[in-house]
Amino acid sequence: MKTKLIILALMTTAVVALAAPQTFDFKDPKGINNAGFKLDAPLESINGSASGIYGTVIFDPANPGATQGKITVSTSSLIVPNPLQRQHMLGKEWLDATKFPTIVFESKEFKNVQTSGDTTTSEVTGTFTLKGVSKEITVPVKLTYLKDKLGDRVPSQKGDLLVIRANFSIKRSDFNVNPGQFEDKVSDAIEITLSIAGASPK
Amino acid sequence: MKQTFRMVAAILLVGSIVFWVAAGANRGWTKTRVPKKVTDEVTGLEGVQWQDKFVPGIDFLGAALLGAGILAGVSFFVPAKSR
Repeated sequence: MKTKLIILALMTTAVVALAAPQTFDFKDPKGINNAGFKLDAPLESINGSASGIYGTVIFDPANPGATQGKITVSTSSLIVPNPLQRQHMLGKEWLDATKFPTIVFESKEFKNVQTSGDTTTSEVTGTFTLKGVSKEITVPVKLTYLKDKLGDRVPSQKGDLLVIRANFSIKRSDFNVNPGQFEDKVSDAIEITLSIAGASPK
Repeated sequence: MKQTFRMVAAILLVGSIVFWVAAGANRGWTKTRVPKKVTDEVTGLEGVQWQDKFVPGIDFLGAALLGAGILAGVSFFVPAKSR
């Protein structure tokens, strides 16, 4: 009886250990991770992207609803094709990259979690901080858990990958980004697309 | 001298239009970087890599036309033959 209990305890421990939450690091050695943004403008829409993305997400494949994380984008990594537009964008009137060097999203709660295979869709509520202004927003996200796929991406490492995709929109006026100014030239709404992958080495 | 100004204005006008058309007749703003989409085979993520490339836009064309116009205008105020 005592042996059975010990075996049961060991098995339970093994199952708990296997299902333990994993920490995924989103600093991408391949430079693929990016946050795209689009603003409508009369002559042509302003399309750009940011590559300076880092942060961690704690994800439990057995309980995706308990996911927590914080993703940071370096403001100075934002790029648009026109150099003068980029200079204005990072300048004091717009993003003021010197004073506000990061754009941050920190999750609080995952709702409407639906998992099918390795893919989980959810609506995540969290705090979005831009130009020093923090607001609570809700963003639809898609999480894809790729078990043992880290080695395929980074041959020197073994582990898992977590892919996060999100599309959402914010208003620049909500975050004190030149509010009420030049709205005939640059739209108030900013469409954001997040495409990032994080690694959890073993 | 008058003819020289007009000649330079014409070369600037034609040259800038030919260059703008040859570079893709971009009707947006001038670009110094262009995005190139790259796909990660493992994750399926589509990333963007920026490449340095000069693509003249309508602001480039406008500046060239303005320059040509100024040169052509100046030609009316210079003597036909310099002594």
